[in-house]
Parts: sequence; structure tokens; C-alpha cells
Amino acid sequence: MKITEIFNKKNRLLLKAMVSTDFKLRYQESVLGYLWSVLKPLMLFAIMYVVFVRFMRFGADVPHFAVALLLGIILWNLFNETTTGGMLSIVGHGDLLRKIYFSKYVVVVASSMSALINFGFNFIVVIVFALINGVKPSWSNLLIVPIVFELYLLALGIAFFLSALYVNLRDLNPIWEVVTQAGFYATPIIYPISMISSKAGIYGPIFAKLDLLLNPMAQIVQDARHVLISPANPTLWEWESNFFIACWPVVFSLLIFLLGLRFFTVKSKYFAELV
Amino acid sequence: MKFSNKTDSLPEDVALRVSHVSKDFKLPYEKTNSLKGVVFNTIRRQNGYTIQHVLKDISFEIKKGDFFGIVGKNGSGKSTLLKIISRIYSPNSGKVQVNGKLVPFIELGVGFNPELTGRENVYLNGAMLGFTREEIDDMYDDIVDFAELGDFMEQKLKNYSSGMQVRLAFSVAIKSQGDILVLDEVLAVGDEAFQKKCQDYFFEAKREKKTIILVTHSMSDVRKFCNKAMLIQDGVISKFGMPDDVASAYSDYFLEQQQKAVQKDNEAVRLEHGNGIRMVDVQVTTNGRSTQLLDINQNFTIKIVFECDRDIPRGVFAINLIDQQGRVALATSNKVNSDKDTFTKGRHEIVFEIENVLASGDYHVNIAAASGNDLLLKQSTVYQFQVRKAKLYDQSLTHPRISVKLI
Repeated sequence: MKITEIFNKKNRLLLKAMVSTDFKLRYQESVLGYLWSVLKPLMLFAIMYVVFVRFMRFGADVPHFAVALLLGIILWNLFNETTTGGMLSIVGHGDLLRKIYFSKYVVVVASSMSALINFGFNFIVVIVFALINGVKPSWSNLLIVPIVFELYLLALGIAFFLSALYVNLRDLNPIWEVVTQAGFYATPIIYPISMISSKAGIYGPIFAKLDLLLNPMAQIVQDARHVLISPANPTLWEWESNFFIACWPVVFSLLIFLLGLRFFTVKSKYFAELV
Repeated sequence: MKFSNKTDSLPEDVALRVSHVSKDFKLPYEKTNSLKGVVFNTIRRQNGYTIQHVLKDISFEIKKGDFFGIVGKNGSGKSTLLKIISRIYSPNSGKVQVNGKLVPFIELGVGFNPELTGRENVYLNGAMLGFTREEIDDMYDDIVDFAELGDFMEQKLKNYSSGMQVRLAFSVAIKSQGDILVLDEVLAVGDEAFQKKCQDYFFEAKREKKTIILVTHSMSDVRKFCNKAMLIQDGVISKFGMPDDVASAYSDYFLEQQQKAVQKDNEAVRLEHGNGIRMVDVQVTTNGRSTQLLDINQNFTIKIVFECDRDIPRGVFAINLIDQQGRVALATSNKVNSDKDTFTKGRHEIVFEIENVLASGDYHVNIAAASGNDLLLKQSTVYQFQVRKAKLYDQSLTHPRISVKLI
């Protein structure tokens, strides 16, 4: 079994069928329907904006921080939905896996696709919001594409790993919930990375740099803000003169993807017996 | 995974080849899929599980156009084999090669999504089986027709009765244009009319030389539909070949198990005594050997040993053969020969030689002894035996010897 199998015709069709089913079912009984996939992050944003930006004055020194906050939230949403949805996807399809053979990769990728589609809607909102806020568009904005791709690979790798592990270890669901909660605060979303440097004492700059180095999500969010909103958002590329060290978060993400995929491939042989 | 879809390694006329497939299951003493369980078991160093060898080195081949039956008792490994053939499980060792598209119908149905309509489910299912939208378009009407669910296809599946769901799933399986159809215990699907329809479909499929693998407990289905079959016992193929032979081997195996149980029962019977008479032994014998199983028309002897403490004038010793519905199939006694016998003090042996005209089925022997009209002792079910099914004339109540002349 190889990941490339998801690109053959049969699995492309299956992927399409599963994604459209998922899409159809997600907001089936709700009045506002798909609108919720945009409304939910917007409402979340409104709360965080009032609490952290208005009351606590986070990011007052960063231009367009409100847009940066919204962008951070939807990037994190993509990560959260892909990993959590992916984790539950194999067990959720257990009934099918016991009755019929089909590519297991497709199950996880299909659930990630739904998250990606959601992200697409939300991203449009961010663009509109940014333009209203007076962010100047430029060609360098296009760099967001490889950054989102990096985020997607990272999240998908983790989703592969978690979904395979979840088959044997059902405690993973609450554990992962706590981990993502911690990750949310460890990533500069509600606060700008400059806040770590300035507010964490003399080791502040080191902490900020370590966060960007060891937390790929921090690097991704910062890079996205940098290329899309304002170069005033510092990135590891600026802070680290050694090119290879600066590359580390990207390599790290890729490594997580490959290891997660490998783990999934080995374990997927026995999914049908274990779920 | 050693699994090949390449046709070049299989001859053109072979649909499926299973070579040296083995499968083990780890059966944990206590299933742990929680962190607590894992931690505790690690601490106690107790990764307690037993390994169950479900399939042991299975090899066979199915030709294109075969209607292939797989039989075996529960837990013999046939469903596991089916899942390995369908690629749902992967074998620990060995290889399965498939020529063409395989459509499974396992564990009563393919998983449907209750929130989708019947139509959407058919298309989703088709995609899972590897069909394109156009291919499903082509077979859609056939599927709906066969399932007789034309009015319900736009309804959500959760509003279907369970019978309707299974009918739809089964129709998808058999009406989809796969090359090999794999069916597990399906002939109990739906109501009587639908079962009749399935039967008709099977006859048609057999005529049209479709490749079908059928797992079933019904030996009559194996005889009716299959042109080849195999019997799996304890993870090995114990019989492979003509459906009649395989079905007989399977029935014989059950009969043998049953016979062992009956023999045990017969040995455990405690014979009674009273009123000066004591039963010592009861046997049904053929050719001098005791038996629990008779063929149709196989004559037999009932031999009873008893002891009298005193002389019993006008002694009567009677036996009844009772069939499984509680009817007296045969009643006789020593008065057939004479009614003036005296059972003298001491040991006697009474022997009934019986011409066997009994229908197939289970029988038991009741005995009674009397002096004239005074009942001395009676006991029921002192011995059980069975008359084996004949291939022909199963419904007949008696089997007297008949000679037929055509002039």
C-alpha cells in the first residue's frame, strides 16, 4: 500500500464521493447551513478581538493586528479540524472497513479535504477583511500558498499518525483536545510573537526564537502574517542568519508528515480487525 | 501487503488464486484500548493474549465461471478467509491473486450512511466498490428494480426498515457489474418473495457462468447452486471438490458429532428394577454390533437382557419405538409368538429382529414387562437411535421393500 494510490482513478472518484457526502451532511439540518463554517470562526474572532485586542491591548504595536488575529484563528482552525477530524475518521468508518476493501488513505485525506474547503471559505473572508482594514495587496502575498501547503502537510501527517493510534488507544481523543488547547496558546495567535520577546524578561528573545524553531505552527502563522499582512510581523528567516537552521521548521513539518504517513501505512494493514 | 491485482501472473481462465494463506488472531484476555489498560498491563508485564490460528496454509484456485461454495461450522475460519479474499484482512503469510473486480457482500450488507438517501448511498457504495459514476448510472435501474425500492430511493436510509436496507445492499452487490461476487450467508435476506427472487437470480447466474463465491450453512443451497465446493474445518481445507461430496462430508461430520452425543446418552441410561424383575441391558444392533445410526432399510435387532427374581407366569415383554414427534412408530412384544410364556427365575435375553421400514429420523425405545395384565416395570427412552436420511423419497413415512416392474 502506498500513498500514491490515492491518485489513481478509483480512489480519486472515491475521494470526491466521500468529500461531497461529508460536505452535504455537515450542516444538513441547520438553518444557516454552510454559512456556519464562516460564521463560527468569525464569532470566535469577535470574542477574542474584544477580550485580547480591545481590553488587554495585545498587539497594539503591530499594524493590522485584528486581521493577523483572524488569519491566525483560521490557520489554527485548519490545523485543528484536520488533525481532530482525521484522528476520528478511521474509527468512524470502522463499520465500512470491516465490510469492504478500499483505500484507507482516502478516509483520512477526505476528512482533511473538508477542513481545507472550510479554510477556503474562511480565507476569502480574511482577504475581504484585510482589504477593508487597509492592507495593501502585493505579489509577495502569493507566498501564502506554499505556507498553507506546509501547514496542510504537517496537519495531515499528524492526522495519519493520530488516526492509526486512535484505533488502539481511545483515550487519545481527550488527550488531543488538551494538547491542541495548549498548542493554541503556544502559538502566536491571540498575541504577536513580539510580545514574547518584550514581556518575558531577559530570556524573552530566546523564548520567541525557540517557539518559532520548535513549534512549526508558530513559524507558519508568523510567516503567513508576514507575507500576507505586514512585514512588521517578524519571521525566523529574519531572526536566524544560518539558512539551514531557519529551514528547520519546514523540514520538521515534512518529517512529521513522512513519519505519520509511515506509521499509518504500517498500521493500516490491521485496521479492519481492530476497529 | 502481498496482494496482487496483476493479471499477468494468473492464467486467463483463473478468477482467484489463494496460495498458502495463513492468518492468526491475537486474542487478548482483556481487550485494552484505553490508556489505563495499557499502563496497567505494562506495569504488570501482562500483555496477555493467546494466538488463535484461524487459517493454516490454505491454497486453492477458482476458475472463471465457477459457482464456488465454502462450508464449515461456525468458527472454522470461512468468514476470515472470505475477508482475506476480499482484501479486508491481510494474511500473515501467503498470497491472494484476483483476476478482475471483486464485489463483496459480507456481514449482511455494505455499510450504508443512514443520513443519505437510497440513491446517494448507491452511488457512494458504487464508488467504494470502484465503479465510475457512469458505470453506476448504467446499473442503477437494475439495482432499484431488483431491490423493489423504486418509491423509496429519494428517502433517507434511516427511514428504511432493516429488511429494506439489506435488500438494497444485496441488490447493489449482485447487480453491480463486478467480475467476482463474494457472498457471505446471504440467503436469509428479506422476505419469502425476495428470497425466491434471490434463488432465481442464483440459478440464472449459474447458467450465465458468473463467478460467485458463496459461504453458506445450507447444504441444499450448495447442492443446488454450486459446481464446486470446499469444506473448511479448524482452518484447513478438509474436503474440496464436487458439491455433493462436500455437502455429504459436512453432514457426516455433524452426524458423527451427534452420534457421539447419542452414544454417550445411551451409555448413561440407568436401567431400573422392581416387582421382581431387573433390566440389565438394552442394545440396538446390526450385524451383531451395537449402533446408534441405521440406514434406510437396514434391518436391526433389539436385544434386551433382564433378570427375574422369581418365576413370572404369563410373562409379557413389550417394546415401543417412538419417533421424534412422540408417535408410536412400532409396538411389539413376545406375545407375537406365544402368550403362554413363563419367565423363569434367572437371566433371560429377548431378541426382536425387525425389518426396517422406518422413515428417516430420530427414535427412542421404551420397554415394559408384565405378568398377564399386571404391569411389573416400565421405562421409557432406554435407547436412542437415528435412521439416516436417504437421498431420495425423503418425505415417505415408511420404506417397505418395493420391487417395480415396467412391462
